[in-house]
Amino acid sequence: MSIIDNGKGMSKEMIAQVTDPFITSRTTRKVGLGIPLLKAAAEDCNGSLNITSEPGIGTELTVKFQRSHIDRMPIGDLVSTIINLIICNPLIHWIFSYHYNEKNAIFDDEPVKQALGDFPLTEPEILTCIRSMVEETIQEVNPHFSQDIVTIYNQPLRR
Amino acid sequence: MPGIKSLEDLKKAREEALKKRELKAASGTAQVIVGMGTCGIAAGARDAMKAILETIETDAISGVIVTQTGCIGLCEKEPIVQVVIGEQPKVTYGKVTPEVARRIMKEHVTGGKVVESNKINL
Repeated sequence: MSIIDNGKGMSKEMIAQVTDPFITSRTTRKVGLGIPLLKAAAEDCNGSLNITSEPGIGTELTVKFQRSHIDRMPIGDLVSTIINLIICNPLIHWIFSYHYNEKNAIFDDEPVKQALGDFPLTEPEILTCIRSMVEETIQEVNPHFSQDIVTIYNQPLRR
Repeated sequence: MPGIKSLEDLKKAREEALKKRELKAASGTAQVIVGMGTCGIAAGARDAMKAILETIETDAISGVIVTQTGCIGLCEKEPIVQVVIGEQPKVTYGKVTPEVARRIMKEHVTGGKVVESNKINL
């Protein structure tokens, strides 16, 4: 899985420190857990996390997992993840690229936003439409993809 | 890439939504903010977010903007959801399970009545 952005980028020193949970660029508090936890999840199943970045250009984060490893965490609800990202960050241009076997399908939210103009993404009819677009993108290359299968594993732990 | 057909569907959906919206333009917009920091997600914020978006779809709730925020320093009360309706002061909810999220959408966002059982006094 890769996350590529054209954001502010990071210096070499920052990249070296960013997997430390007590390093963050935020000023509201002193901890940043996202990247360290992702790294731990990958390393728990024979994988790795790699970051390349250039200040002013952007950052590329790639995380690898051994798919068959018994400790690999389930991928969870992929469609909801993509929809949450798009809906909750409307000012960001999202391109979702899904690879399966040798095939690749892309969902680009720019044509959607252009068609909508300044109309909000959170209107019920629009949400339904975007959801089916993301599902169709995945099913285009992976006809066996089923939301039912991934959501079974997505139940939260209850104390 | 979304095909031409689905973009056409989207434009149709937009037109239909616009028509409905004009009828109830006076109701004002509501903003729903979900805490999606690591603490929130660990406590189940993704399920709360999912329930909120699903309720918007199933109950056809119009005029709601859903956004996310990071950790607001109340990790023990996560999942946290905040609701701002028009000019009214912000209401903060804690321990928002999918069931509570659905109640917030139905009772507060749609009905205008604060869900007192999960309200946090900041």
